[in-house]
Amino acid sequence: MIHMPIRTSRPMTMAEKILAAHAGLPEVVPGQLIECDVDLVLANDVTGPLAIRAFDRVGADRVFDPDRIVLVPDHYTPNKDIKSAEQAKVMRGFAHAQGIPHYYEVGRMGIEHALLPEQGIVVSGDLVIGADSHTCTYGALGAFATGMGSTDVGVAFATGKAWFKVPESIRFDIEGTLAPGVGGKDLILHLIGMIGVDGALYQAMEFRGSTIGSLSMESRLTICNMAIEAGAKTGLIACDEVTRGYLQGRAERPWREYRSDEGASYARIIEVDASGIEPQVAFPHLPSNTHPVSEAHGIDIDQVVIGSCTNGRIEDMRAAAEVLRGHEVASGVRCIVIPATQQVFSDCIEEGLMQVFLDAGCAVSTPTCGPCLGGHMGCLAAGERAVATTNRNFVGRMGDPASEVYLASPQVAAASAVCGHIAAPSDVKEA
Amino acid sequence: MRYRGTVHRYGRDVNTDVIIPARFMNTSDPASLAEHCMEDLDPGFRSKVMPGDLIVAEENFGCGSSREHAPIAIKAAGIDCVVAKSFARIFFRNAIDMGLAIMECPEAVDAISAGDVVCVDTDAGLILDETTGQRFPVQPFPAFITEIIEAGGLVERTTGQASVRGED
Ligand code: SF4
Repeated sequence: MIHMPIRTSRPMTMAEKILAAHAGLPEVVPGQLIECDVDLVLANDVTGPLAIRAFDRVGADRVFDPDRIVLVPDHYTPNKDIKSAEQAKVMRGFAHAQGIPHYYEVGRMGIEHALLPEQGIVVSGDLVIGADSHTCTYGALGAFATGMGSTDVGVAFATGKAWFKVPESIRFDIEGTLAPGVGGKDLILHLIGMIGVDGALYQAMEFRGSTIGSLSMESRLTICNMAIEAGAKTGLIACDEVTRGYLQGRAERPWREYRSDEGASYARIIEVDASGIEPQVAFPHLPSNTHPVSEAHGIDIDQVVIGSCTNGRIEDMRAAAEVLRGHEVASGVRCIVIPATQQVFSDCIEEGLMQVFLDAGCAVSTPTCGPCLGGHMGCLAAGERAVATTNRNFVGRMGDPASEVYLASPQVAAASAVCGHIAAPSDVKEA
Repeated sequence: MRYRGTVHRYGRDVNTDVIIPARFMNTSDPASLAEHCMEDLDPGFRSKVMPGDLIVAEENFGCGSSREHAPIAIKAAGIDCVVAKSFARIFFRNAIDMGLAIMECPEAVDAISAGDVVCVDTDAGLILDETTGQRFPVQPFPAFITEIIEAGGLVERTTGQASVRGED
């Protein structure tokens, strides 16, 4: 671990510090346009082929650093159809030709934003760009990470550089103990409900306070994952003991810790009392359309999806299994469980969770984004309704434009699967 | 760089669907896109725009989809510079990546009228309304943004750079 003492005349936020360090500048201010060296450049099977085309247009023949490029075929893999097979093949060919070690074939693969932290590829203090909007997930590790278009990413394959407009930050001071059964997903849904889907447009959301301090890395990743659903450029949580404990033994590279200075300026400071938050459900068709689960009670469902880059980690699998243990999925409901990575899948077997899922009547799949984007492995028909632990419930997100997605935590999703309608975990125990 | 031309003035939330309607996006040829630029908002735009003219607009210019066709269409229509109170995030990136100069300056937007002749100097950081004589200081472009825009876009600026040819 390297501590980065930055001497500056002006107090800065952690977002500003990470960007300044990567631009080689002593300080930056919001609105400033800067060019940075990036630590990692990421693409998937949907955006990768387009980025590779931009890379070719630039006239490059080799990537700036094969170790700093990560290519994950996770959206339409295992190949959904011939077109997806062609896309995946383009990326596989590129990875092979460029000698990129961080290419993950089906069977080793995981959903990118679960895989990179788990494998220690991204570390605290990194500047990461990815051709995927949920790249912001890595802010939970104290990295500045943001989604960009394929052109930016393809050019960065060649140069290792990208330009940024320094964002303002919004600070969320979150205090209080979360009620039992309430976790990171409920907290972030609550915050998005408070500020709206454009509440943090262009800004960095910095999460801090005792509630954040008490959360596991898995929960923090869930929170930062959904920063984009409030329009944010990224979400950030400063490095602490939890971060260090997570990075220790898995970080591929030394990490750097940045925290906001006292007196740094913020666009807004929002104080949140987390102790009163109930499990949350985001109704169709916006992640900000949040209600306490009690208001959703009894809404009939056809499908439950437990997985995705938001809630497909081992903690999520444990939480779902705890609710499902000894129960069965209600008749007429399909419950699809997708561990986000090969490691999570293996841990589910090791910990006996897989048997719980199978006994309950869940369909369990190898890692894939699949149903999250209405790609495959669980698309919805017109008029069908799902509860999902994913991050978006836009019109048609999981299938037919006349289908509906309710977003919730793994506990609520599992309880809904058992009850056959939207339900709280406590409804299952009483059953 | 200096841009000088007549101003076409628009309101807030000019979205990518009016900049270039999706029904014309079955091509990425700049000249064909330019034919339909702003068509749904200002049908007369194509006939009155002269090469070098400027667009001045209120908040959130370019909101909507992430289509890179939008800045391409504007540039191909002859507009080299857009001044607005603010830009939508993805449009902001796409505009610079496609080599379209954009400037945020709420004070200038409030003062400038349609038909004014305006000069924007991105190196000196100045917007001058020649019709009224009013001057507005703005943040000048850093050198790398100037390079991208002068080259015609991010891909063009990167093409041929020593580092991408592997000659360190
Ligand atoms: S799981 Fe869903 S949100 Fe996450 S990367 Fe895949 S498609 Fe995107």
